[in-house]
Amino acid sequence: MSDTLTAEPPREKLTKKAITADHPTWCPGCGDFAVLACYYKVLEKRQIDHEKIVTLAGIGCSSRFPYFVNGHGAHFIHGRGVPLASGVSLARPDLKVFLFGGDGDGFSIGGNHLEHGARKNINLTYVIMDNFVYGLTKKQTSPTSPIGFKSKTDPQGAIDQPVNAMKKLVASGATFVARTHASQVNHMIQMIERAMDHQGFSVIECLSECVEFFPGAFDPANPRKGGSFEVIDEKKWDNTPEDENRHDTTDELAAYKLAQIPFPGVFGVFYQNDRATKNALEKKWVDSTREKLGQPTDLALLQKTFDRMK
Amino acid sequence: MNPTPSLPETNPTALPAPERADLRPENIDDAVIRLAGNSQDGIQSAGAFLARLAGRSAQEVMTYMTIPATISGGPSIFQVRMGTGEVLSAGDEADFLIAFYQHSYQDHIEFLREGGVLLYDSDNVEPNLDDKRYVYVGVPITGLTVEALGGTAKDKGKNIFVLGLIAKIFHLDVEKLTTLIKEKFAGKDESIANTAIMAFTAGYAYPVGNVLARRYQFSTVAKVPGAPDQITMDGNQALAYGLIAAGVRYGSGYPITPWSSVMETLRVELPKYGGLFVQAEDELAAVSITLGFSYSGNLAVTGSAGPGISLKSEAIGWASMAEIPIIIINVQRGGPSTGLPTNVEQSDLFQAIYGGHGDSPRVVLAAKTVEDCFYIAIEAARIARKYSTPVFILSDTSLATRIEAFDEPDLANLMLDPQPDLRPRETFKPYPLDAITQHAAPGTRIIDGKYPLITGLEHDEMGHPTGSPKLHMGMTAKRRAKLQKLADELPVTEVYGEQEGDVLLIGWGSTYGPIHDAVTRARRAGEKIGAIHLRHLNPLPNGLEKLFSNFERVLVVEMNDQGLYGYGQLATLLRARFCEPKIASITKTDGLTYRVKEILGRVFEGKTFPSRTAMHHGDGAVQTGNGATEVAAPLPHDATTAAATARAEAKVSVASDHAGDSTAQRPETYEAVMPSKDQNSTA
Repeated sequence: MSDTLTAEPPREKLTKKAITADHPTWCPGCGDFAVLACYYKVLEKRQIDHEKIVTLAGIGCSSRFPYFVNGHGAHFIHGRGVPLASGVSLARPDLKVFLFGGDGDGFSIGGNHLEHGARKNINLTYVIMDNFVYGLTKKQTSPTSPIGFKSKTDPQGAIDQPVNAMKKLVASGATFVARTHASQVNHMIQMIERAMDHQGFSVIECLSECVEFFPGAFDPANPRKGGSFEVIDEKKWDNTPEDENRHDTTDELAAYKLAQIPFPGVFGVFYQNDRATKNALEKKWVDSTREKLGQPTDLALLQKTFDRMK
Repeated sequence: MNPTPSLPETNPTALPAPERADLRPENIDDAVIRLAGNSQDGIQSAGAFLARLAGRSAQEVMTYMTIPATISGGPSIFQVRMGTGEVLSAGDEADFLIAFYQHSYQDHIEFLREGGVLLYDSDNVEPNLDDKRYVYVGVPITGLTVEALGGTAKDKGKNIFVLGLIAKIFHLDVEKLTTLIKEKFAGKDESIANTAIMAFTAGYAYPVGNVLARRYQFSTVAKVPGAPDQITMDGNQALAYGLIAAGVRYGSGYPITPWSSVMETLRVELPKYGGLFVQAEDELAAVSITLGFSYSGNLAVTGSAGPGISLKSEAIGWASMAEIPIIIINVQRGGPSTGLPTNVEQSDLFQAIYGGHGDSPRVVLAAKTVEDCFYIAIEAARIARKYSTPVFILSDTSLATRIEAFDEPDLANLMLDPQPDLRPRETFKPYPLDAITQHAAPGTRIIDGKYPLITGLEHDEMGHPTGSPKLHMGMTAKRRAKLQKLADELPVTEVYGEQEGDVLLIGWGSTYGPIHDAVTRARRAGEKIGAIHLRHLNPLPNGLEKLFSNFERVLVVEMNDQGLYGYGQLATLLRARFCEPKIASITKTDGLTYRVKEILGRVFEGKTFPSRTAMHHGDGAVQTGNGATEVAAPLPHDATTAAATARAEAKVSVASDHAGDSTAQRPETYEAVMPSKDQNSTA
């Protein structure tokens, strides 16, 4: 139970220790450890008020995330993280809403919500830890499993076309779409910070290896494993000839072109625009409605409505 | 129209006014008027005007309507029962049937009370004038409306023309009615209001006295000084405004009949209060967004009809486990699956109570009237907050679409302040084993630095996952015990009618009116009968077994199937709960509301009861469309005489209802399900 305080106690600096909770239950070597570490780092670096941090998740290995963060948080049901986070975001503009999940949660069972959360441009940051496999249920084909991937549900190798996360997100209307890799900590921190600063539906696909059921899946993009981590060269708008060839993050078609590059593809911000958020549009409606009505009290407002029903 | 020859039972010389068109006044307490036409004719709005007028005149009113399931048009009715006494049900039989089309006449004439008046559009309807049971009044409604409004409006406006006719016949307050019409069209093109008034005036001016010998006047009720005004609305509006009064400022939903109008109202109204209602991409998102609102410290509402509730089930189970308060409205319709989208049924009770996996306790309430929709929304919010639990409100199609007038609620004392409590706390446990959970919303500082986790996994007191057998037992008991505690604080169930005797009727939801009317009517005939109406279905109120012991028979009346073992859903629950073999079941699945005599017929098989005291038409003229007139069989004038009562006495039987409450959606298998008895009982 609780003891409510009337006076506001002094605030201490937010440390990694303060935001660390249970020891993660992930398998040793899981890519998700690095994502968690980056999340701690960003929160510490940006000194967000502890109580304003909200960490939400659906179901999956990666969705265990909130248990490992000491802060307000909720572990919801499979695939519905986006609408849960939308409710929190729309009702409480004072909070920093973060959502974590995996490829099954985001692209399969929750695919419809991802689509509409993006379209409505709800102000939140969503990190999808994509490991190309169902890990919590022990190796079934996921919506991002490559064709030919052998799993318990596709012993002959996966036959279904995998989701192209970047294309799906850009097409859905997400206003910040980025891709990163759990082995590239600095890049990941950069992406999380930029996503967090973005007003709107910001999504990061983070390739995060499942060492148990799909080991080595992302080695082709890991320089330490002989791969190459190719970062998108974004336009600097410096009027130089080199800039001509750089990626314009506001160009939707260019984003699709980058998304066409075969696996392991490129990393960085594919797309970003500043379309108005649902949060802002709804608020505008509320504000103008209330202004038109002359800021009445709730009682006066309902009384007036009932007077019209007499 | 041609003047009618003198009628044997209305001696013109005995009338004070020489002018034939003057209607002889007759005082009445109660009238049932059924308008039958197509949905595009605006009969709903004509009916709504009558209902609102009754509300403004401090009269009781109850309406009943059917909407076709088709997208545009189709046969539709609107029935208004208005009166000076307590009006609880929409009426078994109509005193007045207004038929716009031949099909309206054919489908509904058997619903007209013997001696009742058929007012028909003689341009479209050719009634069987040889049937002497009714009084026939033919008025070329279409032609006169076109004539009154000019060519461009065509026959649009005949609903308002008819409203004028009704106003004349029932001596309604013309000033109030025209004000209502003007209010309705306020803000629109002025010519629309003017056209409506023209149609009304034309209807009112029609010399109906030439074809009908009397006009009716409701006994006036003097308004008690200081008594609250009446407000008029339908059940879905009452739910929406009840939630607003309860301080619910957030919600999310997805369109489905008959729930949609709740969300439409909230979508428009909540921003005025600084809140928000979100139309979600699907039912799963709707309940999840709602849980996000509630988790953020703002108790929120979602709703649907049966199919949508099925989709929300998983998330509602999360609310039970995570102990998040949430209100879920189910405006029930006929099921299963897509079922009967525009018909009424009470077949989602089990779904509400048990429609989740695992042991997932939730509170289930059911509104009994339109007025109760308002108050039950407030109660649902109170319970959800106090017990941090999902709360279902069960309504149904009949409550959703019918209009009632009720005493204006005392808003000053009811309105709640919805602000979440974000004051810092020294320490906080979301799931204490020894107390009812009260969450600290995000944004609340926890000074000892240990923040709460809200979860659908079994958890310890801080919300961290656990597989401990002891904790699962303890937490399961914690979630159950708070509902048992709620049961302890529920009010004692009151018995309506006899406190002991032969039969106790038990109802829930929208059957309140017909059950109570049935009790009143049976008691008048000397039966020892009482009724209880359960608003709290999970948990049930304590002490019901004592009430059962006072009666020989306990009959649960509900609109659902008798199930595999012969008992409806509530009856099954009560039998399981009380192990009381005398609990029996009265069920039906015709998708229509109960009629009083239907209930009486099932409770007292073979017995007969006098029909309600109501207006009677002792005289009447038969007027065909071409002006030929005949005289209907004379009936006694005095509505309350024993002779009239005897005449109108309906031999009660289930099968007799077959003829009456008709819509196009009557199931073919009705007779197979309900064994046919006396088909001619009303004759």
